[in-house]
Amino acid sequence: MRSTALADLRIRLLAAAERRLPALTRLRRAEALPIRLDRRRIYVLPSGFGVAFALLLFVMLLGALNYGNNPALLLTCLLAAAAGASLFFGFRALSGLVLEQAHADEAHAGEPFPIRLRFAAGPRARASLRLRRGEANTAFALPPNTRHEVEVNVTDAQRGWFRPGRMRLWTEYPLGLFHLWSWLHPDAAFLIYPAVESPAPPLPVGDGRLGEQMNAGSSEEHAGLRDYRTSDPSRLIAWKASVRHDTLLVRDVERRSGEALTLDYFGLHGIDIEARIRRLTAWVLAAEAQQRSYRLRLPHETIGSGLGTQQRQACLRALALLPGPDDGGPT
Amino acid sequence: MSERLDNRQFELLSAATAATLIAHVSHLPLWLWLPLAILLPLRAWTRRQGTQKFGAWIRLPLTVLLLVLVLVNFGNVFGREPGSVLGCGLLGLKLLEAERVRDARVALGFAAFVLMSALLFAQTLLFSVALGGVLILLIAAIASLQPAPLPQRRTLRAQITLGAVLLGAGLPLAAASFVLVPRLGAPMWGSPGNDAVARTGLSDSMAPGALTNLLIDDSPAFRVQFDAAPPAPQQRYFRTLVLWDFDGTTWTRAPRFSQPEKAEAQGALFDYAITLEPTDQRWLPALDLPWSTVQDGTRIGTDHSVVSTTPVTQPRRYRLQSATRYTLAATLTGAQRERALALPDGFDPKTRALAERWRAEGRDDAAVAQAALDLFHASFTYTLSPPALGRDSIDDFLFGTQKGFCEHYASAFVVLMRAAGIPARVVTGYQGGWWNGSGDYLLVRQSDAHAWAETWMSGHGWQRVDPTAAVSPSRIELGAAAANGNPGWEQADWLRTLRNQFDFANRLWTESIIRFDALRQKSMLTPFGISDANQGDLLLVLSGVLGVTMLLATIWAMRSGAGSNGDRLDRAWSQLGRRLAGSGLGARANEGPLDWLQRLRTSAPTLAAQLEPLVDDYAALRYGDGAPSPDRVAAFAGAVRRWRLRSLVKKPA
Repeated sequence: MRSTALADLRIRLLAAAERRLPALTRLRRAEALPIRLDRRRIYVLPSGFGVAFALLLFVMLLGALNYGNNPALLLTCLLAAAAGASLFFGFRALSGLVLEQAHADEAHAGEPFPIRLRFAAGPRARASLRLRRGEANTAFALPPNTRHEVEVNVTDAQRGWFRPGRMRLWTEYPLGLFHLWSWLHPDAAFLIYPAVESPAPPLPVGDGRLGEQMNAGSSEEHAGLRDYRTSDPSRLIAWKASVRHDTLLVRDVERRSGEALTLDYFGLHGIDIEARIRRLTAWVLAAEAQQRSYRLRLPHETIGSGLGTQQRQACLRALALLPGPDDGGPT
Repeated sequence: MSERLDNRQFELLSAATAATLIAHVSHLPLWLWLPLAILLPLRAWTRRQGTQKFGAWIRLPLTVLLLVLVLVNFGNVFGREPGSVLGCGLLGLKLLEAERVRDARVALGFAAFVLMSALLFAQTLLFSVALGGVLILLIAAIASLQPAPLPQRRTLRAQITLGAVLLGAGLPLAAASFVLVPRLGAPMWGSPGNDAVARTGLSDSMAPGALTNLLIDDSPAFRVQFDAAPPAPQQRYFRTLVLWDFDGTTWTRAPRFSQPEKAEAQGALFDYAITLEPTDQRWLPALDLPWSTVQDGTRIGTDHSVVSTTPVTQPRRYRLQSATRYTLAATLTGAQRERALALPDGFDPKTRALAERWRAEGRDDAAVAQAALDLFHASFTYTLSPPALGRDSIDDFLFGTQKGFCEHYASAFVVLMRAAGIPARVVTGYQGGWWNGSGDYLLVRQSDAHAWAETWMSGHGWQRVDPTAAVSPSRIELGAAAANGNPGWEQADWLRTLRNQFDFANRLWTESIIRFDALRQKSMLTPFGISDANQGDLLLVLSGVLGVTMLLATIWAMRSGAGSNGDRLDRAWSQLGRRLAGSGLGARANEGPLDWLQRLRTSAPTLAAQLEPLVDDYAALRYGDGAPSPDRVAAFAGAVRRWRLRSLVKKPA
């Protein structure tokens, strides 16, 4: 009977707490940027040094009182009051700080991957802040009215969408007596490209898959045709198809010429999915490095052919987002 | 968490530690401060050279050596002296090994404690203020342990400013806590200043300068509560010791006489209780002249000084009855008369000659005494810092320096009297005191310590004569200095004024800080309707003050940064509007900046042309991409300030 009443009370208290302090639950979810730190989301506890310091102050107080020594008592009071005031200085170091943006450069899994968090200081200087993600702490500081990018290095990112998760922005400014912190959980995701196989085997021979490509089926007609351009020689005009579509179509020679390299997911039998993806990634980069036009064939899509930043990014993105073996992807 | 200290951090740590040690240097033994003075700079130097720290092989033996030396010199490690010596030594040793942030924190926390203990030795205003400076340094050193990636935050000046700001921010709270923290009526352990040298109070002998330490010590000696009205101020002499024997420099007590001096009271008797601060001695002050004791453990000696059977190591309260008008010892025994006339041979020939001359001039006892007082009154100066006296101290004083305080006058007077054949003796005790009207008690401080004389004249018995009164104590130094003529540089007017003003500050400090005790605290809340505040009331008020302070601090901390760029931009813009408001050409409430400009183009084209760059600038800053940069906002505000309405009517060329 009593235990149910207690449990009931506990639930009601928790509900009340959540109503009053939405931060308790809110900060577990990702939030849209910008995130502005205010009193509802700044937490404070005395640090270990703070507890020891309080003990010291107590001993000093006892000593001063016992010896009836007023100057000593005044000194103790001054030190204690300064310690107390430091709490508010610390609060001001966090309050009003804005996390404006989170962005990151391209990165491959396994490489150190810096997330750049842009903070705006507002009118106050922020002398000593630290950002902790996992075990890594990054110290930074902001002069007033400036913006500053803080790099958080991630080393354990897997390919695919990477979410930075909850980070702790904390400070013990100015005296290290109080630990003040706030959670930052920006709703941001960064695409991590797959790891690059190293060393990777050389690029496959350019037309190795050409025959297969030609036999690809009935769609060949459409796949291999494009609109007529005035410079096209007449022998390339596909008359039958042109009649059917009521417009002049020509056979696309380039795509069929065999110069385009095909990087085929299915051509890599016998190695597991992740290894294939790593190899394909390495080949994409190699093809880009050699300035060779290429096409990437993946289970559900074929990208290209093409060359250049857009093609590379599209290929790497597709590779990054390819479902892994755990996601029930192709084997 | 425990990064290695960088140079700036180590410098501040060393500076704070060194300053803390220097605060103690006046009472540290040579065997401690000399090694510290060598080791600490050496440590700073070797660290600069790249050596990490002193190894354990050197620190451990030093620690053991320190302990042994303290034990050998003091016998234990507790108490004020050995404790502070040990504390200073350990602090110095800690600095030898401090290499990481954690070490620095331990060292600085400990330094705060050691710093506080320095106040057990001295509590003057100057020393306390200096310690406040060290406290700033200490806070700055603690603050420097935070990582501060901005280079401009790492300067010494920035750190010390931060320390001062923190201390300043805490000032109101510190003041409130200081006033409201309930004082202890009696110590919880030990007794304040357990060491023999620590106690201030009258000693049982009086050598030149013996009272100097007392006279500058404003700590309370005792408090007196009278059952009825207190005696008149000029009657407030508290007799403590009677000194009979003089050896040329020092006055000492005589052994007990076989026969007590008989006293007869005339006039009213005073019943009162005295609460004596611990003295570690057995004599008890009593209003002159103690008549009878009411309690066990006290008795009245043969010369009517009150003695306790046990040393006073705790605050002691005793009840007495005294008569301020009395006849003491109408007859003297031979032994007493002999003792009261004895003078050491071969000392102070000029003084004796003077007394004999007075006698030769045919003066009677009273006239001789009056002659001595007149002599003092004529050309003597009261000062707490008299020049040193030679072997014939009384001669030097009477015919040389002529400067001194109560003990000089009492001593010289008694010697003169004895030389003239009048039995005389020195009485030490306290005189005056501060009447606390709200508490109805008389507070007597150590600084009220006094020495006077008693002469025996037939028919009158022992009578109190205060030769210091002849020099007029109220004329302390100030009026007398000019009369001396030929002032040295230390007597210069401005310096004397400064010294007097500083003396006033010092007295204020003593009154308001050092002397703020449980009694004063009790009566403090009277204006708020609490006449006799107990500890609970005080704690309640303290919590209230703490709460209000916290609230104010919270409001301050949460105040969003007013004066940000956007606001500044708008302030500048409205400033521009105000300047045009008089002409009726200002922007209307429903007009945006561009609409306004458009309207001006038709109604006042000249003005519009002048305003156009500003309006464009504002629009770009206010409505453009992103937040305006502070530089551009400042530039805009400057442009608004500089902008002047040029003549709207073109002058003919």
